[in-house]
Amino acid sequence: MPVAWVLILSSFLFSVGIYGVLARRNAVLVLMSIELMLNAANINFVVFNLLLHSISYIGQVFALFIITIAAAELGVGLAIVILIFRNRSTVSIDEVSLMKW
Amino acid sequence: MQQVVFGIVAALIVFAAVRLVTTRNLVHGALYLLAVLAGAAILFLLFLAEFVAWVQVLVYIGAVVVLLLFGLMLTRAPIGNMALDSQTRPLAAVVSLAIFGITSTIVWKTFKGQTVHFSKPNTVDTLGRAIFSQYVLPFEIVSVVLLAALVGAVVLARKEE
Repeated sequence: MPVAWVLILSSFLFSVGIYGVLARRNAVLVLMSIELMLNAANINFVVFNLLLHSISYIGQVFALFIITIAAAELGVGLAIVILIFRNRSTVSIDEVSLMKW
Repeated sequence: MQQVVFGIVAALIVFAAVRLVTTRNLVHGALYLLAVLAGAAILFLLFLAEFVAWVQVLVYIGAVVVLLLFGLMLTRAPIGNMALDSQTRPLAAVVSLAIFGITSTIVWKTFKGQTVHFSKPNTVDTLGRAIFSQYVLPFEIVSVVLLAALVGAVVLARKEE
């Protein structure tokens, strides 16, 4: 199977994630789009592991690390979103502009 | 055979991802994210990464989607039609299309003609040996990072006395 197909699929997934981060207003939806981008990276790592026939399985190990970091990121991110909601009763990113220059 | 499975799963992933960033209903968005993650898990199985696929099912589909649904409900997000998109939407579409065009062109030019050969699947045994011998230090560091994130999330979300 041509490896370029898989890479183009994951780059599509990554661009959709970028669109979601830029165009969505709800903070939870932005977090979901970040998960899309991380998954695109994971697909790339796994398919490169297969392409290079890595004996040390570095690609799969790295995908596992990315899944772990994604879980940590989502936990902290949701805690921040809930804190913002508690203080300002909104999760709209447009309205949280206190630190905007 | 693998190409057919890949085609079906790729169509599912593309559809669900596009619907995720365009849907007007937040809970539907979470369910489309679940479809994308399940499709990625099938791809991992297809590319002979069994353990990564099951970790994806357990951690992402089992925990992350549930956490996101809790986040949606705790923030009392208005479910239904509302302005979910910001004004930068056309600009965002241009940026993401440009990134997709550039990366896919580069990838096509670089990897044209290279094919994936499906050898025998690696077992959890070999992956576990790799993690706990060669990559044991990064593994420990990542577990400390996870613990720190857990404590940080609890401290952040706790109500102050």
